[in-house]
Amino acid sequence: MNWRIYLFAFLVGGGICFLCQLILDLTKLTLGHLLTGLTVLGGILGGLGLYDPLIKLAGGGATMPIISFGNSLAKGAIAEAEKTGVLGVLTGMFELTSTGITAAIIFSFLMALVTRPKG
Amino acid sequence: MPAKKTTPKQAAYQKKVKKYEPKPKALHNAVFAFLSGGTICLLGQALTDFFGAVMGLPPEKAANPAVATMIFFGALLTALGLFDRIARFAGAGVAVPVTGFANSMVSAALEFREEGLILGVGAKLFSLAGSVITFGVVTAFIVGLIHAIFPGG
Repeated sequence: MNWRIYLFAFLVGGGICFLCQLILDLTKLTLGHLLTGLTVLGGILGGLGLYDPLIKLAGGGATMPIISFGNSLAKGAIAEAEKTGVLGVLTGMFELTSTGITAAIIFSFLMALVTRPKG
Repeated sequence: MPAKKTTPKQAAYQKKVKKYEPKPKALHNAVFAFLSGGTICLLGQALTDFFGAVMGLPPEKAANPAVATMIFFGALLTALGLFDRIARFAGAGVAVPVTGFANSMVSAALEFREEGLILGVGAKLFSLAGSVITFGVVTAFIVGLIHAIFPGG
């Protein structure tokens, strides 16, 4: 364990959220636009191999924001594409993101089961 | 558009107000987003180290259970009705990390719960998160194709 990654996790993760909040307050973009744009940005950065250095530097500061989701989608697709060609783009797409998507589906479903419907 | 005509003086005043009013609020919100987002990412890093140590995983792999745990927290806070209260102060600080992804799905699930499990929860679960997944996959598909056609590029 080193303390530097914690410092950068806080600063980088906080910095991303800082900029996003400014975009929300000062432009007409909604949260939906912003999150979608961040995911696309992550996919492009992942394709260029530029996001992994940030993960190495900031750890959770880079893996927690939704940009990381786009990055993981692209990385999964690329890794399989390089192994098996064009078909790998299809088979590798969700290879790295399946934890997040599966967890989100299961937890949402469970929460819907145990929560009483409102109204 | 207002039906009444504004006098030049009023227009000038409104322009002046518009110029001065939103900025301090925006900065205030952004600072809260920085602090809350930074804290969530710090917690995410702590969880990554925790799972890395407990399960003996390298950091890239240990981020997965950390993400799942944060999704669980986001889902739980949403179900308890606390997420929106936190989001009022934290804004993008809780919406941009994966907690926001979980919130968008759980809030859709709860909102459509009364329409039934199949037509409500099942069908509407991705009504907010869907565009993130769709555009993410489309982007990654194009990026992946480029890499498949130009290997090593």
